[in-house]
Amino acid sequence: MSLTIPKPSPCALFSGQALQPLPLNDFAALCLQRLQQGERLLSLFGRAATPADAGDWVLTAVFLPPEGALYVVRGQARRGEHYPSLSASHPAAQIHERELWEQTGVVPEGHPWLKPVRFEGERQQHMADYPFFTVRGNEVHEVGVGPIHASVIEPGHFRFMCHGERVIHLEIQLGYQHRGAQALLLRRPAWSLTPIIESIAGDSAVAYAWAHCQAMEALSGRPVSADTAQSRAVGLEMERIAMHVATLNGLATDIAYLQAAATYGRLRTAIINASQRVCGNRFGRGWLRPGWARSLPTELRDDLRKTLQGFARDIHEVNGLMRSARSVKARFVGTGVLSPQAALDMGLAGVVARASGVALDLRKRLPGAYEHAPIATVTAPTGDCWARMDLRMREIDASVTWLLEALARAPGEQAAARAPAAPEGENAALAARTLCVSLVEGTRGPVLQAIETSDSGGLLHHQVQDPSLANWFGLALAVRDNGISDFPICNKSFDLSYCGNDL
Amino acid sequence: MLKTIAVRRSQGTQYIADLRGAVPAGFRGKPLIADTACADSCQACLSICPSHAIELAPLRIDLGRCVLCGDCEPACPSGKLSFSNDVKLASTRREGLVVTAARAHIDPVQVSAALHQRFGRSLKLRSVSAGGCNGCEMELNATGNVNFDLGRYGIDIVASPRHADGLVLTGPITRNMAQALDICWDAIPEPKLVIAMGACAISGGVFADSDALDRSFLEKVTPSLYLPGCPTHPLTFISGILDLLGIAG
Repeated sequence: MSLTIPKPSPCALFSGQALQPLPLNDFAALCLQRLQQGERLLSLFGRAATPADAGDWVLTAVFLPPEGALYVVRGQARRGEHYPSLSASHPAAQIHERELWEQTGVVPEGHPWLKPVRFEGERQQHMADYPFFTVRGNEVHEVGVGPIHASVIEPGHFRFMCHGERVIHLEIQLGYQHRGAQALLLRRPAWSLTPIIESIAGDSAVAYAWAHCQAMEALSGRPVSADTAQSRAVGLEMERIAMHVATLNGLATDIAYLQAAATYGRLRTAIINASQRVCGNRFGRGWLRPGWARSLPTELRDDLRKTLQGFARDIHEVNGLMRSARSVKARFVGTGVLSPQAALDMGLAGVVARASGVALDLRKRLPGAYEHAPIATVTAPTGDCWARMDLRMREIDASVTWLLEALARAPGEQAAARAPAAPEGENAALAARTLCVSLVEGTRGPVLQAIETSDSGGLLHHQVQDPSLANWFGLALAVRDNGISDFPICNKSFDLSYCGNDL
Repeated sequence: MLKTIAVRRSQGTQYIADLRGAVPAGFRGKPLIADTACADSCQACLSICPSHAIELAPLRIDLGRCVLCGDCEPACPSGKLSFSNDVKLASTRREGLVVTAARAHIDPVQVSAALHQRFGRSLKLRSVSAGGCNGCEMELNATGNVNFDLGRYGIDIVASPRHADGLVLTGPITRNMAQALDICWDAIPEPKLVIAMGACAISGGVFADSDALDRSFLEKVTPSLYLPGCPTHPLTFISGILDLLGIAG
């Protein structure tokens, strides 16, 4: 079995020495050193120790250096063991350390705000017991919103500390969507997990499925053809366009600009209906499976190109209307500013970080399928609601341009019309004692999945991480010193995932 | 002003005139079971199904569990399974959602005279997502867009449970949302109804085995309408609810 993966790759395999765990304090010291070198902490998670491991938990930290390949640091810990918190000096670690503590009981000593991320396990149904951060003062008051919100939207609780209408601080409480998704993934055959993966964050089904399939293919030493990879990228860019248009629709709705909202609504319909013609589902479910993706024969390519050409013409017009309307500028310019420094310090990623000038896009940094057909990285410097709106408009343009070029190329080798049946017996074997970290730049940012295999090649751990995990804190920072009535547009301009956070 | 007019012109006429007759191109909808024998002791479809929707001898698919992923189709060595683009998947009875080779159609939605009289011209619904993946939530939003325009029948989503005649439930009902769902339901004035939208709400869907769920709400309240899908297609939602309320259209 060959395990070589061409570089630069959004998917990395680790085995042997690379997986040897360090004692907890050495692990923390090495993580700190990497953070000090300017590396980005992508993820930090624990899995239960096996009889072969020391301690109760095996920890994995995933780093993305400014250049070069992904890197992991491994540690071991006992339940309740303490280590010096990384967040004290590197706030970007805060959410990861909180998640690790919640799931393993390993304590980051000196963490400024050790709050459960999603109230899982024994903390389920105890969300109301949590003591919210309070701001004292004669005229300070609190506004609590949710978990159920006014519109058709996922649940989460927002607690505003206000002075008059000015927001001093926002505390975001999530976890209402916690379905125990990660635990479920270990209970079923490894090769039949894609429909569950597609349901973790249903608006990012293609990104999630791709990250999962990529990991399974790497672990079984079966890389897919360039045509399969291209079909997946087409599915992903269609998903990106549809979701960005949904956000623009929401932004227009939230400022009661109904003409733009109505137009974005029908433009999204055109894109998701085209995805349905490819894969049977408006959300891209069934577009890909391990080792396979929908083939794009000439007639389907022509269909998609025609849809995209009509779409491009009309979205250009309505985007022009949005950008030139004074009422839109009045609401969005200078509202909900997230500074570039804050975005970097907090380790934010994806659209939100790029709208604050952080030029990180995995499609460029670890291109994989995009290596021979690069896609433009778009950034904006101002970090306000306007920047996040404008960035989405420009990312739509970049995706449309990329798709029209990709679809103009002659179709290559066609995949089977149906997904292959899941492999069985020896064919289903995965590399034993191996960790695969797999990344896909989804609509919101990097979707991460990490799969670790046991001595017998079974699934030992399946980590799933949405880009929203780190980005939610960016929203809390952005609304400070804003009017509380601007919260809906700030929230929509971030457009983060609740279920992707809560898993 | 000119830009506004240009955008309005490009918009054209978008609404689907005949919502009951509309057929979504390419949609993977109602499963079809061929009347052929299964291979000896074959359980391929059973083991690939992510949501325990399939039972054997004879082969039956429960659309209350099925996520329409289609993975059973290539797994079946006997070619017994396929999927049509039929969106009419709704039923008023939970047991009515099961299809077999002999019983290819799910039970039609029973028109309720009482519901027709009370809500036939105006039905206001409150949505609660209790672990929904944002698929059903986005499709529920889509029922109100310029294409589907469900508002033309007086059926709308409202912000407050106090303004609502019923609740649209999405998601498998997480333990962390169970209390909020109860509070919301209690806040809706009588008479009121529940609509279970999507495989998750109906049965737990792919999350049914999770120990992070608390589905006791559905032991207290029986939905008036079950809307299968993953997510439920807007046309499934619309045709189901028009049938339930006896709305011609």
